[in-house]
Amino acid sequence: MKFLDEYRDPTAVRRYVRAIAEITTRDWTIMEICGGQTHSIVKFGLDSLLPDKITLLHGPGCPVCVTPAELIDKAIEIASRPEVIFCSFGDMMRVPGTGKDLLSVKAAGGDIRMVYSPLDAVRLARENPHRQVVFFAIGFETTAPANAMAVMQAKQSGLKNFTVLVSHVLVPPAIEAILSSPDNRVQGFLAAGHVCAVMGYTEYEPIAEQFRVPIVVTGFEPLDIIQGIYLCIKQLEEKRFEVENAYSRVVNREGNRTAQRVMGDLFRVVNRKWRGIGEIPASGLGLKEEYKEFDAELRFGVAGKKVEEATECISGLILRGMKKPPDCPAYGTKCTPEHPLGATMVSSEGTCAAYYSYRRLAPLGKSESQRQKNG
Amino acid sequence: MCLAIPGKIKSIISDEPLSRTARVDFGGTIREVNLVCVPEAKIGDYVLVHVGMALSTIDETEAQQVFRYLREMEDLSESRESGDEIS
Repeated sequence: MKFLDEYRDPTAVRRYVRAIAEITTRDWTIMEICGGQTHSIVKFGLDSLLPDKITLLHGPGCPVCVTPAELIDKAIEIASRPEVIFCSFGDMMRVPGTGKDLLSVKAAGGDIRMVYSPLDAVRLARENPHRQVVFFAIGFETTAPANAMAVMQAKQSGLKNFTVLVSHVLVPPAIEAILSSPDNRVQGFLAAGHVCAVMGYTEYEPIAEQFRVPIVVTGFEPLDIIQGIYLCIKQLEEKRFEVENAYSRVVNREGNRTAQRVMGDLFRVVNRKWRGIGEIPASGLGLKEEYKEFDAELRFGVAGKKVEEATECISGLILRGMKKPPDCPAYGTKCTPEHPLGATMVSSEGTCAAYYSYRRLAPLGKSESQRQKNG
Repeated sequence: MCLAIPGKIKSIISDEPLSRTARVDFGGTIREVNLVCVPEAKIGDYVLVHVGMALSTIDETEAQQVFRYLREMEDLSESRESGDEIS
């Protein structure tokens, strides 16, 4: 496919790898934010091509993973009601709350539909005026315009049977939380290209300056990622701490103003709990007061519900780049994609799930063994 | 989750303000896509689509950036090497 295949050219990737080796003189630790990038890195083995001096850490950018267990419990409670058609992206179906997952509710007779787009859920609401259609609106900034558009279309059509269960999270507060931690090891970031397609990258400029970290806006294909790593290492070697755009075919500095306006009309910034991490101030989006009639938590009376998460899992440390999956005694034994214990194993884009899918039979990766040797 | 795929606009099937919609070709698979956030997009353009919503029109010139950068970087490195030999 045009604009995909050419960015998987192994010769060009190797040329970048050679260039990275030529400029790297010291140990550097870089974090890719987005779960989609983690997936590409592990799937294509990009980390194994890099010099030993470079360690890639995997960030918290998997919205399925970080959706708190209590919200999944709320989804399960709502989806179990007979009048409800509960719509969700496929990724959320197998993610357990404190007990069950949505798929088991479906198996028990719940009307749960996997949809490709929130706009499909609006269509279902139009077609089923006597049922309550609820959409599980999760995601980072990338997904917020589509979720906002769904509510706007529902309002415009006068739909009284459509609501959204919102769990939106934002990238910049998560980066700041990682950098503010006293145990932080991350020296540079690959920013998530599709988040920046919507938001642009002006909000990263003060972070790069304040914390003295390079931030490179990076795409998702192997060549995009390897160029992002090159530019990040080059900045570190030259002691520059800037925001650079390596994904200019899609991203510009200001982002998509129309999409931002759509999001701004509907959502406001709220504190948000992240699974495995805890609450981060001003790190999420919630519906504005004037759209509260579309809030599923209010319509179904589940707003106050709180639960404690299991503590055995080290996903909080993995999401903040302090540990890697093989560091966890439960990884691949007690904790597998079929029976996940926590955030990073629950979604296929989670770091533990990516390692489990592509690496579980491989010996410890270079970065793990190197770190054990060093540490 | 933030997966987004480039596709080519084949036709525009609705021009309503909240539901400007196109039929978009993803390597042979055609899907309806909401174009509200890319008002500039027209037939023949490639758009980046996430959960049924076009987020960006792909800049065909910038699409060469990663290759252009690679060539410039290698040219620079070669000229530096040949410079070293002279000195």
